[in-house]
Amino acid sequence: MKQLLELFISFFKVGAMTFGGGYAMLPILEREVTVNKKWISTEEIMDYYAIGQCTPGLIAVNTSTFVGNKLAGPAGGVIATLGFLTPGFLVILLVAVLLNNVMDYEVVHHAFAGVRVCVFVLIVNTCIKMGKSSIDGLFTFGIFAVVLAATVFFSVPPALLVILAGILGVLQGLRRPAPESGEKQDDDPGKGGLS
Amino acid sequence: MILDLARLFINFFMTGLFSIGGGLATLPFLYDMSDRTGWFTHEELSNMLAISESTPGAIGANMATYTGFHVASLPGAIVATAGLAMPGIIIILIIARVLAVYRNNPYVESAFHGLRPASVGLIAAAAVSVLQISLLHWERLGAGTWTELFHFKAILLAVILFILTRKFQKIHPVVFLAGSAVIGIIFSFAE
Repeated sequence: MKQLLELFISFFKVGAMTFGGGYAMLPILEREVTVNKKWISTEEIMDYYAIGQCTPGLIAVNTSTFVGNKLAGPAGGVIATLGFLTPGFLVILLVAVLLNNVMDYEVVHHAFAGVRVCVFVLIVNTCIKMGKSSIDGLFTFGIFAVVLAATVFFSVPPALLVILAGILGVLQGLRRPAPESGEKQDDDPGKGGLS
Repeated sequence: MILDLARLFINFFMTGLFSIGGGLATLPFLYDMSDRTGWFTHEELSNMLAISESTPGAIGANMATYTGFHVASLPGAIVATAGLAMPGIIIILIIARVLAVYRNNPYVESAFHGLRPASVGLIAAAAVSVLQISLLHWERLGAGTWTELFHFKAILLAVILFILTRKFQKIHPVVFLAGSAVIGIIFSFAE
């Protein structure tokens, strides 16, 4: 019970500090669950995040459910998600009831223009940190670069990229000595990546 | 009332079930919902998007709360938000269970070896899109001189924040977020 309460409070905090959707959640979540609470590792967050991208639903909800479930079973998953959703829920109710026109105040625009700059820097920091622990050679760097370019320049759906990256990972794992691999992928799982 | 709640739940549950890749992926479904139900207009949807980008929480969840509230007040807000979140929760709980069994399977491990850098790539792509709206005037592309493309005050703030956040890693990010809001107000960041 106490653990569930702690989970709720932690995710409530993360939810309250996440401005701008799922991506902005990561730096805050990472700080709370790996640095402050030491509940899980950065690698695990990356795994959950990747899976959250290619499964239905909101990334933030999926990631919260994953972390909560890992710590306290399915009830933990539900509680963590509830905790994450509550602050946004309350704020939107407030917006809907009181000030439908918050965006009419210029000062709000200025404040959020400032906040967005900070969100950018925080996401870059998260990227650097996660990159250091997951990019260990040409193969992983190739996946990183291709996913980045495909998303930015060609708007390829993230779910597709995550699934392809998973397949590539398996194919590369099939070849024992793994010197290098390109971005081309092979759909036949039986063959293994041959060069 | 009950009927409204049931329709809200079903509509948002379906949205949660079919939108893969986070809050923005719910948008096409929400536009479609707007056309079919008339619960909200396209303009309300884009206003809501702006509000969601500047308030805490997930964008899709905020949309659900807002719509639900307008259709059936507080119960509507709860039902719509729960409906949107539920498919993700159920699916992740199932995946987590399966994963727990195969965690040490070499194939699963190799798959994650490929997944992690992809995850970083997606986060970097998110950084690029935030970069476009925070440090650049992307909408001015092709109009005016190239120097107008840059939001110089914001770029300066970003450099300072980058140095500070790396130097003082113990300080909680929310301190920097709040500080940036104040700086944004003082120096009129929204141009």
